[in-house]
Order: sequence, then structure tokens, then C-alpha cells
Amino acid sequence: MERITKDQVKHVAHLARLSITEEEVDTFTEQLDNIIEFAEQLNELDTEDVEPTTHVLDIHNVLRKDEQRPSLDREDALKNAPDQEDGQVKVPSVLE
Amino acid sequence: MKFDTVIGLEVHAELKTDTKIFCNCSTEFGAPANTHTCPVCLGHPGVLPVLNQRAVEYAMKASLALNCEIAGETKFDRKNYFYPDSPKAYQISQFDKPIGENGSLEIEVDGYKKNIGITRIHMEEDAGKLTHDEYDDHSLVDFNRVGTPLIEIVSEPDIETPEEAYAYLEKLKAVLQYTEVSDCKMEEGSLRCDANISLKPAGQEEFGTKTELKNLNSFTNVHKGLAYEEKRQEQELLSGGDILQETRRWDDAKKETTLMRVKEGSDDYRYFPEPDLVSLHINEDWKNDIKATIPELPDARRERYMEEFDLPAYDAGVLTQSKNMADFFQETINEGADAKQSANWLMGDVNGYLNSNDMELADTELTPSSLAKLVTLIDKGTISSKIAKTVFTDLMEQGGDPEQIVQDKGLVQISDEGELKQIVDKVLENNPQSIEDYKNGKDKAIGFLVGQVMKETKGKANPQMVNQLIVDGMNA
Amino acid sequence: MSILEESFSEIHKKLHNKELKVSELVDASFSRINEVDDKVQAFLSLNEEAARNQAAKMDEALGTEDTRGLLFGLPSGIKDNIVTNGLRTTAASQLLANFDPVHNATVMDGLEKAEALTIGKLNMDEFAMGSSNENSGFYSTRNPWNTDYVPGGSSGGAAASVAAGEVSFSLGSDTGGSIRQPASYCGVVGLKPTYGRVSRYGLIAFASSLDQIGPLTNTVEDNALVLGQIAGHDRRDSTSADVGVSDYLSSLTGDVKGMKIAVPKEYLGEGVHEDVRNRVLEALRVLEQQGAEWEEVSLPHSQYAVAAYYLLASSEASANLARFDGVRYGVRASEADNLIDMYKETRSQGFGDEVKRRIMLGTFALSSGYYDAYYKKAQKVRTLIKQDFDQILEKYDVIVGPTAPTTAFKIGEKVNDPLTMYANDILTIPVNLAGVPAISVPCGFSEGLPVGLQIISRPFEESTVYRAAHAYEQAAGHHKAKPEL
Repeated sequence: MERITKDQVKHVAHLARLSITEEEVDTFTEQLDNIIEFAEQLNELDTEDVEPTTHVLDIHNVLRKDEQRPSLDREDALKNAPDQEDGQVKVPSVLE
Repeated sequence: MKFDTVIGLEVHAELKTDTKIFCNCSTEFGAPANTHTCPVCLGHPGVLPVLNQRAVEYAMKASLALNCEIAGETKFDRKNYFYPDSPKAYQISQFDKPIGENGSLEIEVDGYKKNIGITRIHMEEDAGKLTHDEYDDHSLVDFNRVGTPLIEIVSEPDIETPEEAYAYLEKLKAVLQYTEVSDCKMEEGSLRCDANISLKPAGQEEFGTKTELKNLNSFTNVHKGLAYEEKRQEQELLSGGDILQETRRWDDAKKETTLMRVKEGSDDYRYFPEPDLVSLHINEDWKNDIKATIPELPDARRERYMEEFDLPAYDAGVLTQSKNMADFFQETINEGADAKQSANWLMGDVNGYLNSNDMELADTELTPSSLAKLVTLIDKGTISSKIAKTVFTDLMEQGGDPEQIVQDKGLVQISDEGELKQIVDKVLENNPQSIEDYKNGKDKAIGFLVGQVMKETKGKANPQMVNQLIVDGMNA
Repeated sequence: MSILEESFSEIHKKLHNKELKVSELVDASFSRINEVDDKVQAFLSLNEEAARNQAAKMDEALGTEDTRGLLFGLPSGIKDNIVTNGLRTTAASQLLANFDPVHNATVMDGLEKAEALTIGKLNMDEFAMGSSNENSGFYSTRNPWNTDYVPGGSSGGAAASVAAGEVSFSLGSDTGGSIRQPASYCGVVGLKPTYGRVSRYGLIAFASSLDQIGPLTNTVEDNALVLGQIAGHDRRDSTSADVGVSDYLSSLTGDVKGMKIAVPKEYLGEGVHEDVRNRVLEALRVLEQQGAEWEEVSLPHSQYAVAAYYLLASSEASANLARFDGVRYGVRASEADNLIDMYKETRSQGFGDEVKRRIMLGTFALSSGYYDAYYKKAQKVRTLIKQDFDQILEKYDVIVGPTAPTTAFKIGEKVNDPLTMYANDILTIPVNLAGVPAISVPCGFSEGLPVGLQIISRPFEESTVYRAAHAYEQAAGHHKAKPEL
């Protein structure tokens, strides 16, 4: 049985904002299918009563004081921007 | 066929901390574009968030003030979506363990009271600001607002009319302002509201398909948008049509809602626990410390004003709607002014002035002390109510001491009987026809004569005394 | 022997005795790079002017200052996923080919304080995704022992630059073995610290809950010295532990008498090359001769680690790499005229295949309907793996095994088979999932290529790792072997 379909691969690529060619769809579908098959060995384990681990460290309540520090100069903030105008970052229109 | 309306509101309030939720940049509104940013809020490679303690405490305070249960353990999650105003392409938010849950807010509409449930309150970071250049077909991004701490307050679908929605928002704003966690300025975007509305046949359990309303940039527009949508959906259903699950935009110019997009399934935000932050444990001590910082809330203050100052429920309600107004009133009383008179001034002239000039109390020159003096001057008969109104405009616009203004402008009321009698006698002498009219039963003539005396005295004559003197004079 | 292959203490002695100047050290570094780097291809960017200026200043100040940083004058290479203010940082991705950072990683502040010199930025698998350096968006680094072979990855440049004598030490990062496996393949010492020991601020995140920065060096002693300068609590990293930093040098006693060593049977079983197994068994005998005791144990969930790791790491990566969208920095695809295409073209042109594959896998594992089956399941398996380690480390001081099942493989050999490539990390991945510290030290050769010995200990017990590694290294002497280029 297919674990992931070509349509799913296309959908996932869209969610991840990746454009993929039809040829890549084929390759990715096959490779992801293999990886997911491999990952499904985890189902051999009964984890019903196991807590998931997000952090290995037992740390909580890491907080900082509400104190201002200098921000970047605008020049530095925009230094790496591919396109800018009037001190703002320029992007293709968000309106469709 | 009759329908029941089901409304749920999602309100975003910016918390008024000095710095952003995950970095030390200022949250000040209105700075030049991209001057309040750093590698962290710009989402540069390798940066990490560090949680602002005050943001957590404000969220907790708001949750407690809205009667929520506070989570003993809470955490942050990543909400993934691409948009140019979201630098990391995920928003750090709270998914399955919000800081507050199961709260409620009591509202009052047309004399009936009702509890609106609050499903949850969670913390998250704000996005940047996008502007669009339609002519050149591009958008510009200012990242100053990115990372401003927000709470999202989600109501239960307990709201049944646009009026209730309006009352809920007014009350919510009051609570957030009283607790001083948010400025709640819709015009600056520090309070934003999205509304969900659906209709179902009267009495039916199951909800109908809802639409989501956006671009509701004032409480009035929330009301208008919901009222429009309620009617639109009703007509659609009555004509046998279907309501689609869609997002609609309130167009304030056209006074209608227009389709933004149809929702296909639910959005796949791929939430997962934010690995760059650790969990928050909130114990009873911390909770109690925050609880202790919650001031008297609007309902309690309203009750107290009714009791302590013998104010009618309506007056107490209006005065306590905003914390600024309630505090102003309290201080005016503390300066020794009469409560009912002060209330009348605040609800009448002051509110009228603020509304017609689109101002806030803080934007004017009026102080509790100057209002108290003004009220006292009237009380003691030093000036008439009419004169007081001209002094009032000065106090709002230039400020100053009312006693001094009255002195300088020579506005002190003439209450000397001898002085007034001379003027009245002169007026009577010059208007025999009015005396005739009066004697023929035309009481209106008195008004005319009083007016003449006021003219002579430039409005400073004590009106009650003038009235009496005229009647006495004509009957003599 | 290149001066850069000498230990820090030797170099510092020479500097102290005025037999050597810092500028000569820097010279040696750049000459060596000129000489061999077209073969090794360890560097992506050089910091020559700044490093030379700084060296000249340090030479002027020599003798006038009483105290010197513990890494005074030492030429270092920095893996290119560690952000360096004003020095191009690419994570070996074409997407960041022009990225000029305006901030510094916390570890760079540490190195600056210790007065180390930054020679340049080191090649790696793009965004640290890979085990061979073949996934670099620029070019493949080669193994100094045999340039037809991979140096390992993802910190391939970091390992190769030290092995080739181009720098005194380097900093790498390790998410599933990315310091230890290349250290093993290149015959150098590489440590992955306890999760939370070294600040991740300024490390371009691959998998936030697994990533750690660590040093690669010629010797265990040098490694301990570098770690001492980059470890410690950092307020800018919420996952950085507020645990005091030990004096790692003082743990290098050479004494392992009575040390209890666990050797997981899963680490010497099927898939582990016979030569590798033999080198490890020889190493255990060396430790035994020094008074340590070893026993075979089991880490029963080891076989599930790779699957759990690829789900977790890829999921976190799918979000971590979303910020590379061409909006605020990076190389934006210019031909796109609408927003969605701009995103898609930028990311598709900027990312290599392996990065795309993992973003796709992670996006899938987190997507609606699959989260519980894949992501959450993997988190639960992570708990089981961590428990395996906790239980063994309750009774034993260290866990010892090979770092990688084989020695370095030929360039191109595994490039079309992701799963076989992933299997390289089978012995290093469980350590990241458990969050414990581990080192790879050279333990001999197989057919002319180095073999690495992995030593693992309890959280924040880098001292124990170093003590065992140092005792072994000094007794075995494999660290003295250097490649001929």
C-alpha cells in the first residue's frame, strides 16, 4: 500500500512553499514512501503509557525582565534585504 | 421561519509591556518603520526567543480578571504559515495548553444581564505591518510591531445578538483597561476583533455553518457587520440557499460584508511544541501575587458608586465604563465636589465634548480639581449654570482655575437684591406691554422680561432672584 | 609537523618564550590553507584581513598584558552554521550565499573573550543535513586521509580542517552525530556536549531540541580547553542550563581505575564493520589495562533511534527552515512576480535535494491527521531511548562503543540512497535523543582510514567523558598519526 501519494507530496510541497517538477514528485514520492515505511517500525513499540519528550532538560520558567535594549539601526536591519523601499522591505503584492 | 443567531468573538489585545514578548525591542507605537527591530524579532538565522515575564503576568492578570482557570503548566507552540509580516514563517502561540480557560464575562443589554463564556485566553506574538501599493503591485513590510505580546480571548458562542456582541466588547475593553494590561486602542490596532456568526432554525441544537467577519475596526462596525451578516444569512436561508464557510470583510464605505475567501477544510498550521522555549509552571503563590494586583473591576466599582454616592444605576454604569472616566469622577469627588452634579457634568458636557471632538479625557486640559471647583462655584451660586458652560469650554481647551477665570472675566453672578431690583425696575418701566400681557394671563411675558434683565447683566444675574423680582414688581 | 598540529600548551609555551608570534601562527594557518585547501575544500569563507590585523595587535601587546585568554592567538575555523557578525554565514546553502550577519553567536563571544582568532568559515552539509558533506550547496569537502573519501558530516569541514593542520581547532555542531562522525572519519577529537551545556544562540537551527555546538581538536586536552571557553549558561538561550562549568582540565588525570564501562551489544553487532569492532575491542583492552572494568549491556531501543530521529529532526527543521523565504535576507528568486511564486522559487532554487526532502518529511509528519502517528509517536520513542541511557548510566560511568559503524566511504557511494546514508548515524543519534555528552577519539585505522571510539556519559559529566578519553588517548597514542597531503 502506498504510504504517501503523489497528490500528498504535491500538497506537502505547497505547504512548505517548495515548487517541485513532476519528475521530482515521482522521486520524492518514492523516497518519502521508503522513509515513512522505515519510520513505521516505531509502531512495533507500545507507547500507550509513555509521555512524549519535547525537552530532555527539566527546565521551566525561563523568563527575562521587561527591559528595553537598543534595537538595530534601520540600515543594519535592512542590510540583507533583497529589495527595499522607503525603509521598508519590499515584496511582491500580498493581494491576489 | 424563525432563526436563532449564534455569535462568537475572537479578540486580540496587545499587552502594554515596554518590550516585545521574545526580545528587548520597544513596543512603542508609531516609530519610523523598521527602527524597533533586532535579529530576534526579524527572525534572523540562529536567533532564539526569551520570554518576557511581564507579558506572562499581564496575560495571567487578564485571565484572572475574566474569571478564567489558570493552567498549572502551560507552554508555547509553533503555528506554521508563510506570510511576509511573519518573519520566522511561524507564529509562536499557544495551542493545546492556553494560560487561561473557562472564564466568563457578565454583560447587560436593555436591562437584562447575561454571562458570556470565555473559552480560552492564550498568549502569542503579533505580526508586522503590511502596506500595499496597488499601482506598483507590491507590498511593503514594517517589522516594528512583530513580537508585540498579544492575548487572544476567545468567547463561547453564547452571544445571540449584535447588541450583545457590542456590550461584550465594551465590557471586555473595560476589564482590560481597568487591569491595565492593554490600552485597547482599536485605532492603533492594540485591540482587534474577528467575529463568527451563524444562524440556525429557532430551537435547533445543532449549529449552522458560520462565516467569519474581518476588518471590524471599531465596536460600531462589529455591530453593523454582525447585523448585516445576520440579515444576509437569514435572507439566504429563507430563499433556500446555503451558507458557505467563508471569510467576509466588512466594507465600511458600502456598509456591507464582501467575500474574502471560501475556507476549504481547516487550515493546516502544523502546530507543534516550540522547542526553543521551556514550559511555564504557575504555582498558587505566583497566581496569588498576580491576583493581588487586580484592582476594583468595573462591576464592583459601579456597585460602589451607586451605594457610596447614591447614584442611579445608569449614571454609575456610564461613569465606570472606562477606567479613565471612573478615576476622574472619583478624584473630582475627592476634591470635595457634589457627586450627582459631578456625574451630570461628566456624563453630559464632558462626554458630549469628547464625542464631538473625538477626544479622550487625557487629551483635554480639564482636571478633577478644576471640574470640582466649577461644580462648587455653581453649587454656591457664585456663577450660574449658563455662565458655567462658557467657563467649561475654557477649562477643556486652555485649562486653569475656574475661580480665577470667573474673577478675570467678571462672570460672578449678581445676587445683590438691591442691584437687581434697580435693573428689574428699569426693564419693567421700558416694557409696559409685557406687564399688560402678563396681567392678561400670558405667563410667557415673564420669560421675555427675564431675558431682558439677562441682556442688561450680560447673563450674570441670578435667574431665580430675577424671576421673583419681576413677578413681585408686576404684582405690586 | 605543522605548528597547528601541536597542542595548545606547546604553542602557548612558544608564544610565552617568544619563540613564536601570533602573526606567525596566523601565517602558518593561511599558508597551510593555500597549500592544501584546494584538495580538502574545508573552507567556504576566509577572514584573512581581520585575522592578520588582530594577530598583529596581539603581537604588539605581547608581554604588556599579564593575563591572556586561554585560547590566546589560536587559529580557529568555525562551521558555517554558526553566525559570525560581519563575516559571511551561509550554512553551506545557496539561499544564504550573500548573508552578512548583524549579530554574533554566543560561542563567538566566548572565543573572542578567550582571544582565539577566526581564520574562516567551514564547509558542511547544507543546514547540517547530511553525513558526508556531499550536501554542501557549494562543494564537497574531502577526507585529508584520502581525498577520494568523504570527511563525514555534517561538520566535515570542521573535522577536515583540523586533521589537515589548517587550524588549531574548530567548532562544529552535532544534531545526530555531526561532530562525532566526521571526527571519527578524519581521525580527530570531537565532542558533543550535553544538551543545554553550550548556548545555541547564533547556531542556525536544524533541530532545536537536538542541536549542540562542540569543539573539534587534535587532542582531548585541547578539546577540554575549548569547551571551557564556550560552555555555560546564556540568557539568550532559554534551553541553556544554569549549571556551573567544571574545570575540565583538572579532570584529565589519566586515572580510570575502577571506572565502570558499559558496552552496548547493539553497538558492536550487525552492520558494524569487523575492523571497527576490533579497534573498539582493542581500545577496551587499553582501558582495562589502566584499571577500568567493562561489561556488555543492552540499549534495547537503539534500533528505533534512527526512525524517531528522522521524524523529530525533520519536523523541527521544517519549521526552522521556513524563515528562509527570501523576504528579509538571502538570495531571492528574481523572476517571480507574485508572492507564492517568489516563496516557492526562492526556496526551490536555494535549497538542495536533501534539505527539501527533510522539509517535506517534516511537513508531512506534522500535518493534520499524521501528527500523532508520526511526530508524537517519535517523541514517545525518544522517551524510551532516554530511559535506556538513564538506566545504564545509573550503574556505569561511561558507555563505550564505536562512533560510526564503518570508516569513511567513497564520495558518491551513497549519495542516491538516503536511507543507507541515514544508517551511518545509527550509533550517534541515540546520544542526541537522550541529550547526553559524548566524544569521538581516534582509536586506530582500517585500510588507512581512521576509526573513532565513542565515549558517552551522564548529563553535564563532560569531565567524565574527558577523563576516560584522555586516559585512553595518552595510552594508545593514535592522535599522533597525521595524514599526508
